[in-house]
Amino acid sequence: MMVGKDLLIIGGGSAGMAAAVAAYDRGVKDILIVEKGPFLGGILNQCIHNGFGLQEFNEELTGPEFLTRFVHQVEDRKIAYKLNSYVSDISPDKVVTYCNMVDGYVEVKAKAIILATGCYERNAGAIGIPGDRPSGIITAGQAQLYLNEYGYMVGKRVFILGSGDIGLIMARRMSLEGAKVLGAAEIMPYSNGLNRNLVQCLQDFGIPLYLSHTVSKVVGKSHLEKVEISEVDEKLQIIPGTSTSFDVDTLLLSIGLVPYNDLLIKLGLPPSRTKGANVNEHMETDIDGIFSCGNVLHVHDLVDNVVAEAKLAGVSAALYLGGNLPRHNEVIACLPGDGIGYVVPEEIDRANADDTIQVKFRVKKPSHDVFIEYRFNNEIIKRIYKTAIVPSEMEVDNIPKKILKNNQGTITISLKQREVK
Amino acid sequence: MNQTARPSSKQFVFSECPGSACLRYTIGKMIDITIVGAGVVGSLIARNLSQYRVSVLVLEKENDVGDVTSMANSAIVHSGYDPVPGSKKALYNVEGNAMYPALCRELDVPFGQVGSLTVALTEAQVDVLNVLQKRARENGVDTSILSADEVKAMEPNISPEVKGALLCPSAGIVNPFTLTSHAMENAIDNGVSLHLGEKVVDIQRIGDHFTVKTDRKNYESRIVINCAGLYSEEIAKLIEPIDWKILPRKGEYYVLDHYAPGLVNHILFPLPSEKGKGVLVTMTTSGNYLVGPSSELTPDKEDFSTDSLTLEAVKEQAAMMVPKIPFREQIRVFSGVRATPSTHDFIIEPSKKYQEFINVAGIESPGLVSSPSIAMHVVDDLVAPILKLAKNPSFGPEVRKYINPQMMSLEERNELIKKDPRFGQIICNCEKVSLGEIMDILSRSLPCRTIKALKKRSRAGFGKCQGGFCQSSVLLLLAEYYHVSPLDVLYDKNGSQILCKESK
Repeated sequence: MMVGKDLLIIGGGSAGMAAAVAAYDRGVKDILIVEKGPFLGGILNQCIHNGFGLQEFNEELTGPEFLTRFVHQVEDRKIAYKLNSYVSDISPDKVVTYCNMVDGYVEVKAKAIILATGCYERNAGAIGIPGDRPSGIITAGQAQLYLNEYGYMVGKRVFILGSGDIGLIMARRMSLEGAKVLGAAEIMPYSNGLNRNLVQCLQDFGIPLYLSHTVSKVVGKSHLEKVEISEVDEKLQIIPGTSTSFDVDTLLLSIGLVPYNDLLIKLGLPPSRTKGANVNEHMETDIDGIFSCGNVLHVHDLVDNVVAEAKLAGVSAALYLGGNLPRHNEVIACLPGDGIGYVVPEEIDRANADDTIQVKFRVKKPSHDVFIEYRFNNEIIKRIYKTAIVPSEMEVDNIPKKILKNNQGTITISLKQREVK
Repeated sequence: MNQTARPSSKQFVFSECPGSACLRYTIGKMIDITIVGAGVVGSLIARNLSQYRVSVLVLEKENDVGDVTSMANSAIVHSGYDPVPGSKKALYNVEGNAMYPALCRELDVPFGQVGSLTVALTEAQVDVLNVLQKRARENGVDTSILSADEVKAMEPNISPEVKGALLCPSAGIVNPFTLTSHAMENAIDNGVSLHLGEKVVDIQRIGDHFTVKTDRKNYESRIVINCAGLYSEEIAKLIEPIDWKILPRKGEYYVLDHYAPGLVNHILFPLPSEKGKGVLVTMTTSGNYLVGPSSELTPDKEDFSTDSLTLEAVKEQAAMMVPKIPFREQIRVFSGVRATPSTHDFIIEPSKKYQEFINVAGIESPGLVSSPSIAMHVVDDLVAPILKLAKNPSFGPEVRKYINPQMMSLEERNELIKKDPRFGQIICNCEKVSLGEIMDILSRSLPCRTIKALKKRSRAGFGKCQGGFCQSSVLLLLAEYYHVSPLDVLYDKNGSQILCKESK
């Protein structure tokens, strides 16, 4: 059977819910959220630590508290959602197929779609950790799920590879549960976690962080017995003879998150630098009426930023459904220059854009005493001075539309070291 | 209780678990045939024997069938152009290849006769293709030699250096996990008994039979078939001194995600060398790509480790044939250890002293393709002359059909979900595996008690998130189905629990 919907939102986590609420408040009433899990809220269900909502609600909430506020907003508006429902297919003409135990497989012809499917954790397979294949090597998020949702610890003596936030938070969480966390190794010469997590989760618990180190070997025939870490050189290659061993039963991996982009592939959209979709300033992908936001677009460090981005996608979907988001032939490309990893959006339709255009980007490595330089068609249009800037914190900035003098060309965002006189 | 130790591994008693066929004779009664090892060879021999009215016991030291060499290999159904003419490898390979289409239909195993290309990258190598074609002809394998342009037309991603290739249309790809497990399932359905997690520690000749001692109990058996793979040498030596050895040879591989079809359209081999068939690039029956293997002798039969330098070398060798392999799509690396015989050919013969003790050893590549033919010859040529084989009137050659909703139309899927809603609940997002499929697998005669066993049967956890999303669901399903604590669910081997204690 084929049903019609004005707006179909894939993913009922923080991004999907915030987008739904924003679209609803702009007049879109015929909305369906399709969520694969048994609850709305996505990954926040297992994030029982606090630190969420400082921007959105001006207070510090736990993950479940934060998501509950959005669930209430969804339910107050009587926005429809399907749980335990898996999207198996999507086509560029906006037919989405989902399935669950009650409805079976259902095809929905949507007028607009928002992709909000989140991300997944990079794992041992993706980086090919050298050594044996025992159990006990587990992503930090998976260990978090087992502990916070099911009530089980995965190990008692723990080492952590990577300094991503989930790993840091799990170092604290497992320490509080009585585990001994022996250390964390980060291959880069700087941490990839938020500073507050480095302080609160490692330093306060006396857990050493080994920078420019990686796991050079895991040992254990059935269960992990030992990890060996080694120092790496500037090319991130292991330096022989620098290894240290730790007797542990668990190696937690916190080595990055990747947008879960299977649906993009089905749509025939090539993944961007972030492995998410290419979007314009309205979070619209290269297909009219299909939008993307949250961690499936690019991985965020703060849920508050996810929500802000999702609201923009929801509002844009409402504009589109109202016929107020026409496509123009002339667009401005927005690209990362020196020292910048990626920029979202990569395209700006100036004629459609609001008076200020929000851009988000990450630097490639920690830097001090720098300018962020915006050039439009090679002419400097904006410069911001930063005493310090790090890759683990996403930069959010606004470009006033009026400084873009025409409708086409290229904006380049680069990092420039301040000249010392 | 000592809080620092891991909880002791609760040994599953596999033979008593629901769904497993228990021994159909009382202890003390003579077993007709005991098979040591439930790899692909042992499983197919068991299935072949189940056509007859004989009692068969399979003893497997691991917690699942096909858990060692049969699991970690190239998954190729070789055409048979490569083995030395007249060798057992040549005979069984070519015969086994011909048996695959019917076998995979009966056992409901994914199989694709995609053909292989052995690629020449220099003019000198083109001359070798002619030698290989001559050998193929002697082995009875159809081949043709393609020009560089023909190869480029068939394989758009091939190296521009390509000078020609040997096409073997009969080569194919197979799912080695379900080939082994479905063969054993079919054997059990037809009366064979399987004991998992039970290791043979001694075998003695007593009178007219053998006493097979395991780490659990003793069995009396008229015939013993040694299919112990890497450990076939140790098992053979329990009976008599032998003049062959197993030299474990390790191969490391990359697995790439099924992100897009068409990286390669055939199995691509470089020219073979004395070390083996070289680093191949192939698709799998699941749409993934496999790149490997390396080939190195290892002293340790339990060494399934991988190392970066070896894998880098694999990458470089593969790139000579297919320069633009998207290694960013890597989802796993693994190694397999092959049971290379010191004799350079399969060892399929009775022991010197007893025709009732049959060694089936040294089944390295092309072992997977050869296994159906080996199983047939072991039964017909080595068992039949010493044991009266009367037909089993209730023998059925087919496993109960596996249900794969992804291969059905939406209407068919909805019919299915109406009957059993669990097919509408997806457990593994990456590989789209439903709860219905998992419960179907658990309900079958072949036990499936570990996370890895279920992964091999269902593909849940095989995708790019590597179980990040579904492993917890799978673990809880196993605990519930087998009435054990989640703390006792194993990933694979004894001691491989995922969880260690309840939280505070």
